[in-house]
Amino acid sequence: MMHVSADVREDTTRPRADKISVKDLDFYYGDFQALTGITVGIKERGVTAFIGPSGCGKSTFLRCFNRMNDLIPGTKVDGTILVDGEDIYAPGVDPVDLRRRVGMIFQQPNPFPMSIYDNVAFGPRLHGVTKKPELDEIVERSLERANLWKEVKEILPRGGLTLSGGQQQRLCIARVLAVEPDIMLMDEPCSAIDPTSVQKIEDLMDELKDRITIIIVTHNMQQAARVSDETAFFLQEKTGQPAEMVEFGRTAEIFTSPKDRRTEDYITGRFG
Amino acid sequence: MADEPMTTSTPSESKSTLKLMSKSMYAKEAALRNLFLLCATAAVAGVALIFLFVGVRGWPIIQDPGLGAFLFGKVWSSSTDQFGILPLVTGTLVITIGALLLGAPLAVGTAVFLSEIASPRVRSVVRPAVELLAGVPSVVYGFFGLIILRPIIANLTGGLGFGPLTAAIILAVMIVPTIATLTEDALGSVVPGIREASYAMGATTWQTIYKVLLPAASVGIIDAIILGMGRAVGETMAVVMVAGNAPQFFQGLGEPVSTLTSQIVIDMSYASGTHRTALFGMAVILFLISMGLVALVRVISNRKKEG
Amino acid sequence: MNKRTANRLALSVLWLCAGTTVAVLGAVIIYVFVNGIGQLSPEFIFTWPHGVNAEGGIWPTIVSTLYVTGLAMLIVTPIGVLAAVFLAEYAVQGRLVRIIRFAADSLASVPSIIMGLFGLALFVETMHIGFSMISAALALSFLMLPIVMRTTEEAIRAVPKYIRWGSYGLGASKWQTVSRIVIPAAMPRILTGLILATGRAVGETAVVIFTMGQAINLPISPLDSGRPMTVHLYMLAMEGINLPAAYGTALLLMIMILFFNLTARWLLRRNRRMQG
Repeated sequence: MMHVSADVREDTTRPRADKISVKDLDFYYGDFQALTGITVGIKERGVTAFIGPSGCGKSTFLRCFNRMNDLIPGTKVDGTILVDGEDIYAPGVDPVDLRRRVGMIFQQPNPFPMSIYDNVAFGPRLHGVTKKPELDEIVERSLERANLWKEVKEILPRGGLTLSGGQQQRLCIARVLAVEPDIMLMDEPCSAIDPTSVQKIEDLMDELKDRITIIIVTHNMQQAARVSDETAFFLQEKTGQPAEMVEFGRTAEIFTSPKDRRTEDYITGRFG
Repeated sequence: MADEPMTTSTPSESKSTLKLMSKSMYAKEAALRNLFLLCATAAVAGVALIFLFVGVRGWPIIQDPGLGAFLFGKVWSSSTDQFGILPLVTGTLVITIGALLLGAPLAVGTAVFLSEIASPRVRSVVRPAVELLAGVPSVVYGFFGLIILRPIIANLTGGLGFGPLTAAIILAVMIVPTIATLTEDALGSVVPGIREASYAMGATTWQTIYKVLLPAASVGIIDAIILGMGRAVGETMAVVMVAGNAPQFFQGLGEPVSTLTSQIVIDMSYASGTHRTALFGMAVILFLISMGLVALVRVISNRKKEG
Repeated sequence: MNKRTANRLALSVLWLCAGTTVAVLGAVIIYVFVNGIGQLSPEFIFTWPHGVNAEGGIWPTIVSTLYVTGLAMLIVTPIGVLAAVFLAEYAVQGRLVRIIRFAADSLASVPSIIMGLFGLALFVETMHIGFSMISAALALSFLMLPIVMRTTEEAIRAVPKYIRWGSYGLGASKWQTVSRIVIPAAMPRILTGLILATGRAVGETAVVIFTMGQAINLPISPLDSGRPMTVHLYMLAMEGINLPAAYGTALLLMIMILFFNLTARWLLRRNRRMQG
């Protein structure tokens, strides 16, 4: 599974191990099976993109990694998902604790209706940090890592909702970074914001991936090609049938020489 | 970024294990959930307690004078120990129908106006007025009816002006907010687009309202009118103050009548024995009527969802 | 009649409907104000009634009204709000929830006179609390419960889903999400609902007339009886004695209710502005 190529993105000397291993994953909404037989290894310290037409289950799959699907009654997961070698669906595992380690960014920027400072401090406070100097430091560091510090350091007490859409999304990223996750899930993070802000978020992903494993769901194939190291293509062939992962590989290969005909059709715009 | 303190090791080396669910945390979450559930069942407890405590006191009416004599007895007279509620039921019915005849068109008209015609400016005056109308205490309506409306009605019908007409007019005003608010909601939830479609075909505003919107919102409007009816049946203080409170059959718009609710208020302070039992029995019947109307609304709305 | 004429005619009728509604409200308010304003004085508000015709002020009835309203809100607020939290955040569609909702709807439609008889039977007589502030407040809180539940549930449901996801995504538990994110976000609307319910409680008559007693008394302990403003107005009006005092009482009642309504509106508007 180790791809050693002369890719320009190859910026680390260490070989990259699998951060998340998924084996034979089936997913059900009640009686309806949404995903079938997915087996994939997501590499650490990189960006993996999930692409495919709408309704092909890529967001559903993404939400399996932090067990957000647990919040929807009637959902069921078969198969295993290992994070750092541990089964996150093993009996007794606390999904709440898992979500501290697997952060998530949503399509709609969703700052809490409270100040910028409190937004970022929310996670650390949940997990027991109460001392003001410590919180100050975490807030500053997280906002800096999200490339937002310079813009907001004078207005920390202002409401998070007063920021622009792109700034709100970076605030949400800072909020996630404040709890120091080692995986970050991004569910179409750029589809509700303006193009200039998209650039900033893509740059940010590039900076963050040195330390954090990022998985991004996107509709935008150019974006997938720009930001990701690996790409997975999902497809639901017929309505009412479960979706599957058609192809997974290095982004460069998926976009230049896909092995599967269906991937090629999608990438060249023949459907979707 | 490089000069930042590195607090985390590289992920592949981090061997922090997944925490198992902490028992105390989950016990607390479950306890809270159960507390909230308990609060929510307070509503069920309320209904059960009302049935129990009002029911127990009204129950003996079935033995003496018997359900038939109670429901269909034509005479209500405490001095002769006759407690037939037919005249009171008739009084309630006449006043409620009157209130609906006057109030429902007014309320639906106001709602259509608010939802389809009024400019935002006009709406910002009319809608708060409707809401405030709902906030006026019923005793103030009764007072208004007694002092202002009653003499006017007395001129029209002769007599003192106590009676079904005065009561129906006051009740009509009181049910306007209920019906108007719910009707406006119903009009607001009409599928978007069909308004525009109707206008695009050259229909006038009125044709759009009459032929497209009202039929589309009809179920919601019927629900609104039923709930307005419930309000009218159960209204007490305003009716007591203007109906005249004579437990006799309807004899004319200006002749005093009494209703189930008003008779309870008038008699309760001195009633005892069978008389008191009869009053609680009337309360049970009122409760069954109001619950029946709520159930009716549910059935109608559910059928609409299925259809 | 061509369709233009029909249209114009129909629209005028609709204008007339709305106009009538506003005019009726205006008439009630103006009438109560014009007749009551001369009566309002510190003496009327802060002294006791005396004499056969209830001359003098209405102070004990004001205190009784505020006392019972405050007590009822104190009882109903925690129960109603937490019940709404359950329905909006925890409940899974099922039989139990259907029963709870039907019960709440039924409770909302119970005529207030029945709630009065219920309070009389349970609190005053069976539990031997007697005519008192607490009996009246308990009966009143059953009447307010569905109102508080409904407005609070609507307020909670109006908080966007994705804000909750943000919190869960950070590893917050359900209760942490509800208590730190959802309830604070819904707070302005919850408060609005509570204030409107308070206004409703102030104007209630039929519930309190058989649970609080009718004798004039200045309540100190929750076990004391009293006579609220609404019952006072009812008795003055029905007995036809001392109409000026009736007008004054009606005006004070209207002022209190207007105050609650306007406060609720102001709160809602301020909140809307702040959220942009």
